[in-house]
Amino acid sequence: MSSRRNRISDEEINELISKLQSLLPESRRRNIGRASASKLLKETCSYIKSLHREVDDLSDRLSDLIATMDSNSPQAEIIRSLLRS
Amino acid sequence: MNRKNSNKSRNPNKPTLAFYFLRALACINKKTSMASYNQRSGTIKRAAYASMALAAGPKRAWSRAVLCRVLWWGSSRLHGFPTRRRPRAFFHRRVRVADPKLREPSKADVLRRLVPGAKAMDLSRLLEETAHYIQYLRAQVLLMQNVVGSVSD
Repeated sequence: MSSRRNRISDEEINELISKLQSLLPESRRRNIGRASASKLLKETCSYIKSLHREVDDLSDRLSDLIATMDSNSPQAEIIRSLLRS
Repeated sequence: MNRKNSNKSRNPNKPTLAFYFLRALACINKKTSMASYNQRSGTIKRAAYASMALAAGPKRAWSRAVLCRVLWWGSSRLHGFPTRRRPRAFFHRRVRVADPKLREPSKADVLRRLVPGAKAMDLSRLLEETAHYIQYLRAQVLLMQNVVGSVSD
């Protein structure tokens, strides 16, 4: 691992690490405090896993909702969501 | 694209994301033959990742990897291919028991397994891909929350 690192400067790695830290949500950032690379990687992994779980959960809920939806509402719902975002 | 533009392209284009995902949802809604709940839920999940990857574009390794998996999945189901050689279980996430003889994987290795297409990346590229992936994942989750919110109204 260290031999690979020599090609990329430590400065660049630190910059990427701080960028990554800025992406984590507030609550997780507070737990890490000053970024140690190892803690940051661990937090990133658990954040990604939680996002994957969210997607799974939301897919299940959407599946439920779609089953009970009538044919008229998808169009309205599409337009509404597009306008909102 | 030069380096300057790469920072701009980082922020997910939300209308594009919404367009792809909602279009997929409308198609899924029309297919009433998809009777089983699990089937529909799995299809929605794959549609979510596919629309995320489409919005991100082919310049990222993770988006290419996700699209490959989704296309492979779709074509194998369409043609009835045996699922013996399925891609690494991304859509059916099983817990793997680590071989105690092997050393515990480093945190960077765990991250490489989580981010699609990042298996053989060096650390700096891995961090860059991860940052991009997280931004799009987060935008996708927010979009799906909005959709759930507006449909349940």
